[in-house]
Amino acid sequence: MKNLTPRRAALRAAFPATIPVMTGFLCLGLAYGVLMQSKGYGPLWSTLMSAVAFGGSMQFVAITLLTTAFDPFQAFLLSIMVNARHMFYGLALLDRYKGLGKIRAVLIYTLCDETFSLVSSLEPPPEADRKRYYLYISLLDYTYWVAGTAAGGLLGNFITFHTTGMDFALTALFVVLFLEQWKKRENRPAGIIGVICAAVSLAVFGAENMVIPAMVLVLLLLLGGRKRLCT
Amino acid sequence: MYLTPTQTLGIILAVAAGTQLTRWLPFLLFPEDREPPRMVTDLGRLLPAAMMGLLVVYCLKGAVWTAPPHGAPEVLAVLAVVLLYRRWGNVLLSIVGGTALYMLLVQAVFV
Repeated sequence: MKNLTPRRAALRAAFPATIPVMTGFLCLGLAYGVLMQSKGYGPLWSTLMSAVAFGGSMQFVAITLLTTAFDPFQAFLLSIMVNARHMFYGLALLDRYKGLGKIRAVLIYTLCDETFSLVSSLEPPPEADRKRYYLYISLLDYTYWVAGTAAGGLLGNFITFHTTGMDFALTALFVVLFLEQWKKRENRPAGIIGVICAAVSLAVFGAENMVIPAMVLVLLLLLGGRKRLCT
Repeated sequence: MYLTPTQTLGIILAVAAGTQLTRWLPFLLFPEDREPPRMVTDLGRLLPAAMMGLLVVYCLKGAVWTAPPHGAPEVLAVLAVVLLYRRWGNVLLSIVGGTALYMLLVQAVFV
């Protein structure tokens, strides 16, 4: 066995885990940069939005906000609603992100669906520096998104797209991490609850409005059943 | 550009503030030097699996079920990911395989 420093070992474990995110984020970031460009917001603006807000799907929603009458308060409220699921991620990561010192602020600032999924489903190898492992995953994912956006804004007019469907990489990532959770028998009821609540919410409220009702349902069922589910 | 640069900056900051609030709130409500209530730690244990299920469905929300192709590309590609992962247990291989199949299906089969 080669002797890796804990830092190197952390990077060695973190980078491969983020490759699916790289595929998805570069594609979606690219699409975002191109879309912003088409509304007259060049690479500087789109990259600034990605770097400062780092909002994923919310940034696509915000394109609408950038192309109507100026209403920052609505933008603020809408961002809270679209991103409300982050609150659940934070709750689930309270323990893992404990005692990490200054980098904790970076981890929280850059928390997103993909980073949460990786960090909560995969364990760093024992020889790796745990703190660095979390930091590398967060920063790599963040960088992919910002770099994808910049590339989209800069090259938007020159690329012809044959990448349709490539963002399925993120769906596939969530499927794999769902299966990873599924391996532990005690996680299965919660996993099923998540799928069913989301499916019911999708059927009742439609694709645009499904997230918040689904979260409320998940919360109610988990709180109601936690005594039996947490044994 | 529809808004002035200052207004655009305002929207960016408003989106960032709203988004960041959702990220920081749990950590501000339950600071690390205090033990969070049992209810919160229980939720923290159950939420990852539940949210992973929710995210899978969320990603598939754009699939068309009531008209052709009736969600066929999504169902087939998810199935491929599951089978590949079951067979070899390799994260990357499963994702690359599923994504390649999906791209083939939406670009060449169900056009």
